[in-house]
Amino acid sequence: MSVRKVVIDPIVDNNPVTLQVLGICSALAVTTSLLPALMMCAALTSVAALSSATISSIRNLIPNNIRIIVQMMIIASFVIVVDQVLKAYAFETSKQLSVFVGLIITNCIILGRAEAFAMKNGVVMSFLDGLGNGLGYSAVLIIVAATRELFGAGTLLGYEILPLTSNGGWYEANGLMLLPPSAFFIIGLLIWAVRSLRPQQVEKPEYQIHEVHRTEVL
Amino acid sequence: MSRNRDSIGNTIMVAVGVSLVCSVLVSAAAVVLKPQQSLNESLYRQRIVLEVAGLYEPGADIAARFDEIDTRLVELASGDYVDEPDARSFDALEASRDPQLGMAIPPEKDIASIRRRAIYSPVYLVRNGDALEQVILPVHGTGLWSTMYGYLSLEPDGKTVRGLRFYEHAETPGLGDQVEKPEWRAQWVGKQLYDADGNPRIEVVRGKVVEGPNAQYQVDGMSGATLTGRGVANAVRYWTGPDGFGPYLAQLSSEEAAR
Repeated sequence: MSVRKVVIDPIVDNNPVTLQVLGICSALAVTTSLLPALMMCAALTSVAALSSATISSIRNLIPNNIRIIVQMMIIASFVIVVDQVLKAYAFETSKQLSVFVGLIITNCIILGRAEAFAMKNGVVMSFLDGLGNGLGYSAVLIIVAATRELFGAGTLLGYEILPLTSNGGWYEANGLMLLPPSAFFIIGLLIWAVRSLRPQQVEKPEYQIHEVHRTEVL
Repeated sequence: MSRNRDSIGNTIMVAVGVSLVCSVLVSAAAVVLKPQQSLNESLYRQRIVLEVAGLYEPGADIAARFDEIDTRLVELASGDYVDEPDARSFDALEASRDPQLGMAIPPEKDIASIRRRAIYSPVYLVRNGDALEQVILPVHGTGLWSTMYGYLSLEPDGKTVRGLRFYEHAETPGLGDQVEKPEWRAQWVGKQLYDADGNPRIEVVRGKVVEGPNAQYQVDGMSGATLTGRGVANAVRYWTGPDGFGPYLAQLSSEEAAR
């Protein structure tokens, strides 16, 4: 298991959002514009990396029957610290993100990586795995947020890219892009695109219709 | 190792140890970052005051612009200005819990459902030269889910609304949070607070305001947020009523009429 594989794999080949379809709740909520999405990415990536590393460092001490609680406690502590830091140094954006930073605690990507990877691997690798999965989530969030802000408001990071008709330009803003369902559509299209490029990610159909032979019926 | 790891002793030890370390980490972060956060919070409120006054420009020095506004403390029962305690540092929310500085609101008067209030409140006076241009009052009241905090800006006559802006609430996203929307806020401009007898009259109606003699007291409801709208109207009525800034605003309007 190489460092490169642990960090790079979750970005496209084993992306937590597009392949494992985890953590899409916050991907709907914070992606109406790019700036809060970037902040959310930074918050989630740092929590994923730090909590994975911490959990991995005490993985041989954690009793099996309370391991999920211990993991949650460590994750929750990091989320609170990150939330406090954002409130102190990125006040405006943290207002926009409101409860969603706190909800990182319940983001399945983080607990998923803690349970699946950090409990079985070393500190450095776990840190990198958290980092990689955070970056994978970030990649999706940034694509969704950039699309929604560009087509929904004609701006990127608040700078005007497509002049809106309401400001005398030519672009008619697409209001649907600012509503939560559009994030579903974009994530759906993204999953489609990734699976077209990487056909091995396509799941086997759960049911296969097969020909019924006459003998079987009898 | 693994048998030992699942023993009761180790379970308790790990649970206690992790709890201790985590709580130290969390409290350290909270304590260290508190000053910066309070600074942000007060700058944010100053910005909202400037916004409701129509004086805010993005990128401007908020603290400097805010200093141009005269912050005074009013004793609500009498409506008079007081010099003690200091108006700039007075925290009405904290004071409302204090036995000396706060008081319980009798239930029959408590239309905003806030139970307690401070006996003083800051007001923000915007002057143009010597002439009073507008007066800004902090208001709060209970909406559907949360206490909503905001500022109400009035003309110097103490009766006509210039603007209303809520800065903190937890109303339903997409429905109740329309209280923050510029389109809804814009409707408040020019509305009359009191009827001919001086009773608070402002209301948020269901649906659209119908043209007529009552339209000057009415604001469109927000669809899907009837209770939030009612909460806003109750908050404004309470704070402009006899138990709120009523006495102060009456003085203000008689002074204005005398001028």
